[in-house]
Amino acid sequence: MNTVMEQQAPAYRAGEHHSFSAAGVDFWYLVPSGSIFALEGIGKDVLALLEDEALDREAIMQRLVERGYSYDAVSSAIDELIDVDAIASPHGQKQMPPVPLQEFPLQRVVLNITNQCNLACTYCYEYSDDRIAQTAGKQKYMHADIAEASVEMLLQESGSRPNIHVTFFGGETLLNFPVMRSTVTYAKRRASEIGKQIEFSLTTNATLLSEEIIEFLSQHRIGVTVSIDGDRELNDSQRVFHNGKGSYDVIVPNIKKLLKRHRTNSIGARVTLTAGVSDVRRIYKHLTEEIGFDAAGFSPATASPNRLYSIGPQKMDNVLDQFAALAWEYRDYALQGKQHGFTNASDTIKELHTGISKAYACGAGLGLLGVGTEGNISLCHRFVDSPVGKMGNIKDGIDHEARKEFLNTHHIGARYDCHTCWARPVCAGGCYHEAFIHTGNTSAANLHYCDWIRGWNDVCLQIYGEIATRNPDFLNRFSEN
Amino acid sequence: MGSLKAINRKAKRVALQAEAERGDLFALADPSASAGGKVYHPMGCTLNFTPGWEIDISGGTAGLCQPVERDLFDCYLGCGWPAQVPDHLNNAPDWTDKCSSAANDWRKIDIVFP
Repeated sequence: MNTVMEQQAPAYRAGEHHSFSAAGVDFWYLVPSGSIFALEGIGKDVLALLEDEALDREAIMQRLVERGYSYDAVSSAIDELIDVDAIASPHGQKQMPPVPLQEFPLQRVVLNITNQCNLACTYCYEYSDDRIAQTAGKQKYMHADIAEASVEMLLQESGSRPNIHVTFFGGETLLNFPVMRSTVTYAKRRASEIGKQIEFSLTTNATLLSEEIIEFLSQHRIGVTVSIDGDRELNDSQRVFHNGKGSYDVIVPNIKKLLKRHRTNSIGARVTLTAGVSDVRRIYKHLTEEIGFDAAGFSPATASPNRLYSIGPQKMDNVLDQFAALAWEYRDYALQGKQHGFTNASDTIKELHTGISKAYACGAGLGLLGVGTEGNISLCHRFVDSPVGKMGNIKDGIDHEARKEFLNTHHIGARYDCHTCWARPVCAGGCYHEAFIHTGNTSAANLHYCDWIRGWNDVCLQIYGEIATRNPDFLNRFSEN
Repeated sequence: MGSLKAINRKAKRVALQAEAERGDLFALADPSASAGGKVYHPMGCTLNFTPGWEIDISGGTAGLCQPVERDLFDCYLGCGWPAQVPDHLNNAPDWTDKCSSAANDWRKIDIVFP
């Protein structure tokens, strides 16, 4: 009888977690909740026992009582640890809430107001050999009526959301500045009639930034993301005009004017990393110290592995080292209460502070949709006018069935490869477009950068732990809502 | 929590939820002093500066909104006060069957063992 009882005694094991240390403190990042706890006192001793083996309750009690803890203290510590899932429930998995399938109010539309570009960057996902957009025969520039209908769609589909956002994208967005200008005026009027707050942003290569345009951007508080890949040598190795001439000398004077005159919203640099352009620290220094950007973010080019400009796993390891070095610099700034402009670090640390646990890798198809020049609605700007990720068109409205089907098949629960990964609360499998280029399937997890993501999240957790211990007030800036 | 310290916002929410599920119910307790059990003046039954709280205006208890004879279950049935009473819905639906008038029959209320 005793034997049977012993066999049936449920074993307690450590909950799914990633442990890390910072500033002399041991932390557990719990998965899937995304909560971060510092281990202290008895909890630390209980979890140390369970780190490598599963034990039944009596065994845990016995070992810790031997060390001088009271029976009651151990018992209540075990209960506390089970409550927060630091110890996996011995009575089976907790019931997770079902996948939400209700309609999700729209927050942002990305208008690809042109599919034309005056540059010919080698890696561009709209023009390279990996492109999925089928723009041949389609209108080159979005007409104002399509843009206005998109705004109406956003107003209508945003439900009770008080804040909405329109992003202008291309091609090179400013090739169609007249429609951008008229759309901003139209959208502001309509949003104010309905009583919503509306904001705007655009991405541009900065070649066409005139004084008039800068004045307009400043006046309407339009957030600007400038695509630039570093100093002249690095930028001009990829970002060239159609005749092969580099764009650096054209854009830098424009960017300096923009930074000087447009102070009403954020202006960030967006760098695409490729085989020859991966010196992150050099690029960051150049963009912030020489050109004057407050913030810069980096992302590897989305490319099939066999492309010449594809960054490849070895270079990406090097990029991780450089990301880490810049992130530690971010830590130094944070400990002094100062803002650092490395947005990859601030974005991830914000997500860790919130304790985000993503059901979907990004907002595409959820709160965000892309619209092409002729009004085709798609998953996001990267899928505009592609046969993949179609979500209806402006004339007939959002294809809610397609959107529902997408949300069903792309939920983290359906990305089975991710189910044992501790980084899934932040990553959730990664970009759908990246997955499609690599595997031909938008719902596949991006397995080619898993180690990289885990490495990066580990660095950011250590930095977060250190800031949380040594200068927790710094984190208040991430605590909106 | 004595065994872990919640660090990020999610951890604070998880800890709060766990505490809410496991901890005592303080109802109208002053949240800032809930651990110490300091209780607000109970509102709704009678004000503590009107005649009685213990007694009504006539010097008895029958006129109180929740006379002491009934506070076993009327507080919970009538006012939603979380009085400690048997589970009226599932396990002990008939525990007050012999008590048609609380003021007179309160001695007949069954004792229910959990």
